[in-house]
Amino acid sequence: MVQGVVSGLLFGGVYSLMAVGLTLIFGVMRVVNFAHGDMMVWGMYLAYALATRAGVDPYVSFLVCAAALFALGLGVQRGLVDRIVEAPHEMQILLMLGVALVLENVALLAFGPEPTRVRSPLASATLWLGPVFVDVARLVTFLVALALTTALWAFLFRTDLGRTIRAAADNTYGALVIGTDVRRVYAVAFGVGAACVGAAGALVSPILPFQPPTGLSLSVASFNIVIIGGMGSLLGAFVGGLLVSLAESLGAVFLKPSLKELFSFSLLIVILIFRPAGLFGRRSA
Amino acid sequence: MRWALAGAVVVLLALPAVLSPYALTLFILIFFYGFLGQSWNIVGGYAGQLSAGHAVFVGVGGYTATMLSIELGLTPWVGMLIGGVLAALLGAIIGYLGFRFGLRGFYFVLLTVAFAEICRVAVSNIDALGGPLGLYITFTGDPRQFQFQDGRAYYYIALALLLIATGTAWAIERRRFGVYLAAIREDESAAQALGVNALKYKMLAMIVSSFLTGLGGTFYAFYLFSLQPNTLFGIPLSVEIIIRPIVGGAGTLLGPILGSFILTPLAEISRLYLGQGGHHGAHLIAYGVLLIAVVLFLPEGAYPRLRRALARRAGEAR
Amino acid sequence: MSLLAARGLTKRFGGLQAVAGLDLEVGRGEMLGLIGPNGAGKTTVFNLLSGFLVPDAGDIVLDGRSIVGLPPHAICRLGLARTFQIVRPFPRMTVLENVHVGALARYPRAPEALARARDVVAQVGLDARALVLAGALTLADRKRLELARALATGPAMLLLDEVMAGLNPTEIETIIRLIRAIHESGVSILLIEHNMRAVMTLSQRIVVLSFGERIAEGAPAEIANHPKVVEAYLGDEYVRAAPA
Repeated sequence: MVQGVVSGLLFGGVYSLMAVGLTLIFGVMRVVNFAHGDMMVWGMYLAYALATRAGVDPYVSFLVCAAALFALGLGVQRGLVDRIVEAPHEMQILLMLGVALVLENVALLAFGPEPTRVRSPLASATLWLGPVFVDVARLVTFLVALALTTALWAFLFRTDLGRTIRAAADNTYGALVIGTDVRRVYAVAFGVGAACVGAAGALVSPILPFQPPTGLSLSVASFNIVIIGGMGSLLGAFVGGLLVSLAESLGAVFLKPSLKELFSFSLLIVILIFRPAGLFGRRSA
Repeated sequence: MRWALAGAVVVLLALPAVLSPYALTLFILIFFYGFLGQSWNIVGGYAGQLSAGHAVFVGVGGYTATMLSIELGLTPWVGMLIGGVLAALLGAIIGYLGFRFGLRGFYFVLLTVAFAEICRVAVSNIDALGGPLGLYITFTGDPRQFQFQDGRAYYYIALALLLIATGTAWAIERRRFGVYLAAIREDESAAQALGVNALKYKMLAMIVSSFLTGLGGTFYAFYLFSLQPNTLFGIPLSVEIIIRPIVGGAGTLLGPILGSFILTPLAEISRLYLGQGGHHGAHLIAYGVLLIAVVLFLPEGAYPRLRRALARRAGEAR
Repeated sequence: MSLLAARGLTKRFGGLQAVAGLDLEVGRGEMLGLIGPNGAGKTTVFNLLSGFLVPDAGDIVLDGRSIVGLPPHAICRLGLARTFQIVRPFPRMTVLENVHVGALARYPRAPEALARARDVVAQVGLDARALVLAGALTLADRKRLELARALATGPAMLLLDEVMAGLNPTEIETIIRLIRAIHESGVSILLIEHNMRAVMTLSQRIVVLSFGERIAEGAPAEIANHPKVVEAYLGDEYVRAAPA
């Protein structure tokens, strides 16, 4: 069982990255990115393509994937989301659902429905860490995810642009009043949020078999984490990622794999009903 | 306007006499998906509660009637009603959990999707319900078992379902129920300050909507002679259900119907040309693009825009 | 017996004591003004009275019946209606349809409610714009619509939250006349207002709130120069400077 715990914690790094990305988008724009999981799947397929066509290991190509998804996020925000910032929430939900549909089904068309995994030399290596043995791949994934999250934290708390983004997230109107180019902030925030899952996708591609429909489960996992951790709280997203990953791997120890999805969705319902403002968050708008 | 609609109904009733079998099938699908869309419209359009997991009611209705038919030999005509009631029960549960705990907007969307997916996975894992491969219905052609040799029977049943759902929506629209739903959709708190019991009316809308959708499940099962959990409970079906009213005009009476007349032929065409080799995702891409386009350019849907254009034309003609 | 009575009303938000043991009474047919500096807790009181917030302690009695813990729609049906400080019209419905919603609280059948809605729309002077979408109205008209909607529910007691905010002097005059007419038709009114002239003109009695407590009460003339009131609004240097 300790095995399960350690395994879970390591995967948590990825979950945290995903959740932080989602929080960034929601926190700044109050837009729920229903296409979050599908964007991550595209990160995975990109890593796959780079690995098979160009022989680049995902632990290197994750930077490329992050950059590509950043561009995608920027494009989606500038081209689509920007136009409906003032619209009622249902419209935003439907828009992102449409984006999710397009992303998932283009992937289906381009890559087919069969599950895939990326081969990485690290994937089969294991390591003894005290009483448990650890997948090197998972360990590296965790460390890289941690590094990325730290970099993100540095960006948000130590750079001017980062501070501007946080200010806009806290108080959009106030940010406007002091002359912030809010559109640019939105675009960067969405881009960075997408980049997070681009990287997360690449990092996870050797460990987790994926297919286009995986996007939905990943989106649900992200929502679970973000709602537990508190909508709009970056720290909450980070901690929530570790917690949910832990819970899921404990669940996996006791449940049939096909029931894992059941567990995920049931957890979501329970969280939705009992959600407080989350562990650290404020209530959403 | 009323005369135009009455005339249209008369034409539709007479149409089977001149339609080819393929065209007949097309119309059956137009009516059936229009019916599902109109049923959704009651809670999703009029009440403004976006349910993205409505397929779950189709699944519950379909599986109930099928199992009752297979295990107890119960005629699907009765099974249909029982299926509808069970669907309504599930609708009441989802509605209560959502509305009582204040789940609005995207939280409610998540709730509905979660329930649909739970049912999908659960049913896939229950062998008694056919597991992931689902159930098959033997063809007997017996009308008491909801099976017909003649495609025209399905045509009339689908049309009847569409008219029932539309009639229900119409009855709701003109009463206090409908006005209250619109108020809730516009601003729930302001509505409450004006004496609207939002919980009660949202629940009612949900129950009516899920009951009707549940009826559709039986039609689906007995028209296709098979049910699979991935098809009957899955997101693609939920998308099919909501896209017609959204494109046609959510919260309007004719929106879902117009939407179905526009989208169903398009879906069939894309299925023909792009559906080769099992890439049935292709038309969903079109749906996704359409959803985006509607949100950006035609948020209230095609029907309101059309109505205004026609009114302007009529005004100019005078 | 008073129409609306609140006793010991208390509400806390985390560390902030928004309302502290407040006693408030509105007599039948009375027009009571509720004033106080920003943050005094006035809108919180309205939210408590209309059921949007549940008090931590205290009782609220409407026409002899306790309404604490009842949901807003039930309180509305018992005869207490309110407007919102930031108006909340139903934007995609017409003026008439908006008021129709309110009227249905009093007349469950849609056609009768519609007739009553027409009357109320005419009463507030919006009949020329009855078929205009609420989202397209000017602020002054939205305020009138807000008033009309609440009025259509046939209340015995009407809570008006800063109806004059954002209106120009002419519009204010119009609204004052309208409120007076509503009052004269028999509706009791509790009025939150920052516009002092309006409050003084309309109110028969005024209650002053500061930091969630009642600091003064009385006829408009008494309140205008009450030292505690001046202190609350302007700070204590002005108390000494104020003419006696």
